[in-house]
Amino acid sequence: MTRVLDIQGLTKGFTMHHLGNRLAAFDNISFSLEAGEFLLLKGTNGAGKSTLLRTIYRSYLPQSGKVLFQSDQGEIDLARAADIDITHLRRTEIGFVTQFLTARPRVSAEALVAEPLRMAGQSAEDALQEARRWLAAFGVKPDLWRAYPTTFSGGEQQKVNLARALILPQKLLLLDEPTASLDATARAALVARLAELKASGTAMIGVFHHPDDVAHLIDRVIDLTPDAPKPEEREDVAV
Amino acid sequence: MTLQLDAPRLVKTRPLVTVRNVSKCYGDVVALNDVSASVYPGEVLGIVGESGSGKSTLLRMMNLEETPDRGSYTLDLPDVQGNLFDLDRFARRMLCATKIGIVYQNPHLGLLMKHSSSGNVAERLLVAGERSFATLRQKAKVALEASEFPLERLDAPPIELSGGMQQRVQLAKAIALEPALLLLDEPTTGLDVSVQAMVLDTLKHLQQERAITMVIVSHDLGVIRTMADRVMVMRRGEVVEQGLADQTFQDPQHAYTQQLVHAKL
Repeated sequence: MTRVLDIQGLTKGFTMHHLGNRLAAFDNISFSLEAGEFLLLKGTNGAGKSTLLRTIYRSYLPQSGKVLFQSDQGEIDLARAADIDITHLRRTEIGFVTQFLTARPRVSAEALVAEPLRMAGQSAEDALQEARRWLAAFGVKPDLWRAYPTTFSGGEQQKVNLARALILPQKLLLLDEPTASLDATARAALVARLAELKASGTAMIGVFHHPDDVAHLIDRVIDLTPDAPKPEEREDVAV
Repeated sequence: MTLQLDAPRLVKTRPLVTVRNVSKCYGDVVALNDVSASVYPGEVLGIVGESGSGKSTLLRMMNLEETPDRGSYTLDLPDVQGNLFDLDRFARRMLCATKIGIVYQNPHLGLLMKHSSSGNVAERLLVAGERSFATLRQKAKVALEASEFPLERLDAPPIELSGGMQQRVQLAKAIALEPALLLLDEPTTGLDVSVQAMVLDTLKHLQQERAITMVIVSHDLGVIRTMADRVMVMRRGEVVEQGLADQTFQDPQHAYTQQLVHAKL
């Protein structure tokens, strides 16, 4: 199998200067991930699941440790890569899916979804076609495709967000509770898309409040609850 | 405490803007102390900090309005060489007119308030050597249209326009020659919130369509959050922190940045 990610001794805490203290999020985490592998992060609230995802994506800066990512241009340590390299990877190889859409004024739903394809070099017309296909798959009504998502309900925004985040296959996909508050149609479309991406080799790390939807995709579980058994000992555990 | 980041390895493009070790004193007051910054092509760099942090001084230097006591400034463009602070006045004026656009907080700094709006934009083209009246008017119109200025007011002088419209005239003037670098000094400060949103929206649109490299200075974190890819936090003439915009706002490292982020409503 092809290694995608190798995390070694990753430690993250938040120094809160005004309180004069440091809040530990997680300590000395190590695991690796192969292409096409789906890893579920579990743990109690506050165990650091989302924090770990954001640290890999570099929305958070880790204190120590390595996040070795096998990019198309060779290995790079995401924990200390230059900002411009991170921006580049976020555009090309690493995706992050949350439940929240960052809508932009005067950008239509279909244009927002098509954007990653256009940035990857597809023609505007092809990208739009593909975008509409995905909006339909996630159950967004055609009347809304040309409207501005800033005015959409939370649920509809989330569907646009998912379509946008998943339209372009990426090497590594980080999923932060993408199913929360989705209706059944959208949930089914999401799970089908994740299965397709997994089969095409996308490595995924996900946090799911109710992992039942994706149970059949999960290869491995890591429990971040403090004092939980080591991940190595839990490889065979079902959800 | 914090990890030192590596030099870029995947992205091979050179920064468009490189400012190195710039220092400036006004008498006993240290305005800038050993400030360095780089901006990549198509990137939006946001500079935040309180009044007197040196952020506007740095921007004025990038517009070659001021010369530092020490330091260098280069633009990676085919026909631009060397430390730009070494250029004479004439060369500076030419470079600013053709390669750099600026929008000031105060439109009086950027516009002739009693001349027509289209004339203000055309003036920039004149400096660059355009002489045909028809071309001047046409190009001014295109730039004003791109800035979403209402064309029926083409001949109105800025003094008769609202604050938001004045900023659009400044923006049109700034982008008329399709500059490589657009500098924005508190472009929406003092505008009504709804007008502010519309001006930011125009800027965002322009950025996406033309991929202009921008440096935006603001004390308003919301403005920076909306616009910037990367953020530089300044305090008392020094850079206290810089990083990806989402990281700087979600996981600020320096005590001052934390205070700044938490003070945001």
